[in-house]
Amino acid sequence: MPSTRVVVTGLGATSPVGGDVASTWQALLAGTSGIGYLDDEWVDTLPVRIGGRVAVDPSEVLERVKARRWDRSTQFAMVAADQAWADAGLEGSGLEPERLGVALASGIGGVTTLLANYDTLLEKGARRVSPLAVPMLMPNAPAANVSLAYGARAAVHAPTSACASGNEAIAMAIDLIRLGRADVVLAGGTEAAIHPLPMAAFANMMALSKTASSDDGRDPASVSRPWDVARDGFVLGEGGAVLVLESEEHARARGATIYAEVRGAGISNDAHDIAQPDPEGRGGTRAIKMALREGDVDPATVVHVNAHATSTPKGDIAEGLMLHAVLGEHVDRCVVTSTKSMTGHLLGGAGALEAVATVKALHDRVSPPTINLDDKDPEVDLDIPTSKRDLPEGDIVALNNSFGFGGANVAVAFGSV
Amino acid sequence: MATTEEIRADLADIVNEVAGVDADDVQLDKSFVDDLDVDSLSMVEVVVAAEEKFGVTIPDDEVKNLKTVGDAVAFIERSQG
Repeated sequence: MPSTRVVVTGLGATSPVGGDVASTWQALLAGTSGIGYLDDEWVDTLPVRIGGRVAVDPSEVLERVKARRWDRSTQFAMVAADQAWADAGLEGSGLEPERLGVALASGIGGVTTLLANYDTLLEKGARRVSPLAVPMLMPNAPAANVSLAYGARAAVHAPTSACASGNEAIAMAIDLIRLGRADVVLAGGTEAAIHPLPMAAFANMMALSKTASSDDGRDPASVSRPWDVARDGFVLGEGGAVLVLESEEHARARGATIYAEVRGAGISNDAHDIAQPDPEGRGGTRAIKMALREGDVDPATVVHVNAHATSTPKGDIAEGLMLHAVLGEHVDRCVVTSTKSMTGHLLGGAGALEAVATVKALHDRVSPPTINLDDKDPEVDLDIPTSKRDLPEGDIVALNNSFGFGGANVAVAFGSV
Repeated sequence: MATTEEIRADLADIVNEVAGVDADDVQLDKSFVDDLDVDSLSMVEVVVAAEEKFGVTIPDDEVKNLKTVGDAVAFIERSQG
């Protein structure tokens, strides 16, 4: 077991169900969906017309002149980082810049900035392309801008593993602290990919659900339905989340509020297919086992899982197999949720937003529901409440799983304090 | 033909949009860098937006000579002439 204990001391988020952690958490516990029809003018050209826009646009929160130099994904990251920084009470704490790191990921980078500038190139010529395009669209832009805002001079990373990116960033942040390379790391993920090109691409690869996008009479809020027999793909969401991870020693020395302890992290790869999960979930199983072994976690204490479950036919089943393989008979005592049923899939932001939800669930001892689970797939044998469920007292552990195109599997285990 | 004041006012709107400087502060005697805090990348954005707005071409070599708002307005007036 690693000797340096890592704890969570601050949370920030902007999501389809709330502009901050408090409103997001209330909405998740209440089973509120953030999915609706998109009102963009381009949407009529697409086979998918629904998505999860952020509840509070960053333009309402950020300074206009700063925000115009940031891709939308960076804007979400800045909103979430500002909240997490304030929540952790780090302002004026005397933290040395050389001991502050950042690990902040996105799945596909500044794609709207890239494509908007390409439109400008075609329509108006090379002279009109923004001189800021590259520093805005580069994949490390969210991490770099957060480092600038807070003067973070330890390592500043932007790991990419598609939909596992946010969780991988958290795993990387844990390592930075354990290796002694930083005392505090702002860790998380962000994504702003609601744009016709990525949406058309996801739709064409049959990853996005096309339900409710034609005149089928369906409610957009009912389309993200993990583990339900009628699930037929994910719904794209946007937003970002940041956690303040800190060595326990540093947190205690400054009297910080501790939400949860990191017990372990596991990372593996399927090497099976560029987009499909291993149908038996073997890689994910290894990642979860790694996370539990690292923290010397008794599987009987794992009482909550915030699943990756995106509402795709194969992935949701594979994750159920993983939990059975890891927890065995104890899986019956484990309350499983997919908050994507309410937020949609934030891609590189998903693992971070779900880490915030996992930590809140441990801290408040309550699991959010999974909505739209009207008819559970008989191939899934898990306890998935459809309204919020209290978690037990005592020392408990919760898992946050994320899986990404390219075969990436990341699991992080948090423990109650 | 736009008057000097009309050009200055339109340029002030561009500087406001790009750099957030109060448009009323964008007066002919003000230096972009020293008075208005317009950095080099923002200056490129101002130049490109001004080219579009005023229908002129401002060569890269010329940009370094545009130290004040008045320099830019005068260049635009000459180019439009």
